[in-house]
Amino acid sequence: MSGLLSYLVFFASVVLILGIVTLGLNLQWGFTGLFNAGVVGFYAIGGYTHAILTAQPLPGHLGNLGLPWLAGIAGAMLVTAAAAWLIGIITIRLRADYLAISSFGIAVTIQLVTLNWQALTGGPNGLTRIARPLSDVFDTPAAYNLWYLALLAFITAIVYFGLERMLNSPWGRVLRAIREDELAAVALGKNARRFRLEAFVIGSTLMGLAGALYVGYIGFVSPFDFLPILTFQAWAMLIVGGSGNNRGALLGALVVWSIWTVSGIAVSKLVPPSHAAQGAAVQVILIGLALVLMLLLRPRGLIGERSIVSRHANE
Amino acid sequence: MIGQALTDGVLTGAVIGLGAIGVSFTMQIMRFANFSHAELLTWGGYLALLIVGFIGAGAPTAGLSFGWQLLAAALLAAALTGLLAWMIDRLVFRRLRGSGAHHLTLVFASFGLGLVMRHLVVLLWGHESRFYTRELQIANEVLPGIRVLPDQIFILLLTLLIVAALHLFLTYSRTGIAMRAAAESPGLSQACGIDVERVIRNTWLIGGGLAALAGVFTGLTPQLNPENGASLLLALFSAAILGGIGSLPGAVVGGLFVGIAENVMLLVVSPGFKQAMPFMLLLLVLVLRPQGLFGERREGDR
Repeated sequence: MSGLLSYLVFFASVVLILGIVTLGLNLQWGFTGLFNAGVVGFYAIGGYTHAILTAQPLPGHLGNLGLPWLAGIAGAMLVTAAAAWLIGIITIRLRADYLAISSFGIAVTIQLVTLNWQALTGGPNGLTRIARPLSDVFDTPAAYNLWYLALLAFITAIVYFGLERMLNSPWGRVLRAIREDELAAVALGKNARRFRLEAFVIGSTLMGLAGALYVGYIGFVSPFDFLPILTFQAWAMLIVGGSGNNRGALLGALVVWSIWTVSGIAVSKLVPPSHAAQGAAVQVILIGLALVLMLLLRPRGLIGERSIVSRHANE
Repeated sequence: MIGQALTDGVLTGAVIGLGAIGVSFTMQIMRFANFSHAELLTWGGYLALLIVGFIGAGAPTAGLSFGWQLLAAALLAAALTGLLAWMIDRLVFRRLRGSGAHHLTLVFASFGLGLVMRHLVVLLWGHESRFYTRELQIANEVLPGIRVLPDQIFILLLTLLIVAALHLFLTYSRTGIAMRAAAESPGLSQACGIDVERVIRNTWLIGGGLAALAGVFTGLTPQLNPENGASLLLALFSAAILGGIGSLPGAVVGGLFVGIAENVMLLVVSPGFKQAMPFMLLLLVLVLRPQGLFGERREGDR
């Protein structure tokens, strides 16, 4: 496989993984109005749990249990869900901003844990030899990457159709009702707190799943795979694609990641290495400005939410 | 050991409190958590550095590592940062308020803005740490086993002076009373003829100015870095919420609490976890007393 083609396979895999993150965020923000400012925290919890559960045993490590891939994925989702539940149960009953602040706090805390708890996370060196599914069947890198892309496409499809199904069910309608008018929904006997908590936990669990899939793909993990900028990228994907629309979330992941990658390449080509830090800063500044402008000028995003008045309105 | 930790806690806590006042007021008057507030600290610090570049930090006076010039630079930077905060409000937050957007959209916009502001500092001044002055200072032993830099004592006294002055201003001046009224109930105060947009402007000028001073103080002890503000963000939020949103004494006491907790915990926890301490404290507060120490429980705050 030529260099460009194999790069495209890698690129598509990353887009799908980030697409799952954005779908999770869309459930929280687009459909429920919950502000998660710590996307990278949940993503990292998933990734690290998977690594700790499945990495080959190594002396001096608390984790590295050497469990199979599937156990790693399941464990990652469970631990992420537990963390989200803990934050949610404390803050969802309070002011809406408190969830934002607390989720941001989780992300900071997780980053510190990954850097400093050597015995569990390997510190700055991270963990290696993490379980990759069917890595003995597809033994060349090209074949493996294609197989993993197919796997990711399959999982993304399950997540997408599962979410669509849920959101079109009575459960999804209640979420939107609460987002639009909490008082009215509560007056109809809906427990707003419980629905919010459920949406927050499910959305975060998807981020954890994506983290585990990412780590399972590259086969190692380090704190530098989970930089705080990822939270911002996921939000950019959602806002650009159009929050409240799952296809928009996936499209946003593709568009924003393309822009990010291309601008990153452009910066590295145009800016001399001695000014690499400034070049990276310009990249963040431009994307940040684009996002704020998007919020001001086209808050619906590229696709946006379909506004349904009533299915019977035209009859 | 514990004495030194408590002293360090009070010293950092005072600066955190100074920065948290703006966070607290914004959250009360404009009803949103401003994630970009921490960057006002950074900007204040670097604007002061810019001014110091022209007039110098001054010859060391009275045991301090700087002269009156740095103080003048700090005050000028405070005014400029206040204006910057107000300008950002005009450009972004006010438009979003006017468009009837979900109030969390403002939180998100502030999140993006904070990132832009931080990276602008990197772009303009670079990654490396900067210093206002290269003067070395020797810590004095003020009590047995407790060492403090003269600069730190000066900062503490100045902070107390500023907070006292602000308290008098909010309690007795017409502008201050208008601010408190708008914080209590924007709708009702508007009906009473208070110009809410003016209150909002004053909030940014004061909050931004205090943030800049806090930024200069953190830049003075020990150094100036583009991450200075961002690394204090959780501490600022924790202090504001712990003290009770909208309360001036609350923000200061909250800051002291956070500072002390942070430094005392460092006796048992590795310094690598320092930034997580305010967050742990915050979770505890949200479980036990979500309205904070000096706050009142409000209904319908979502």
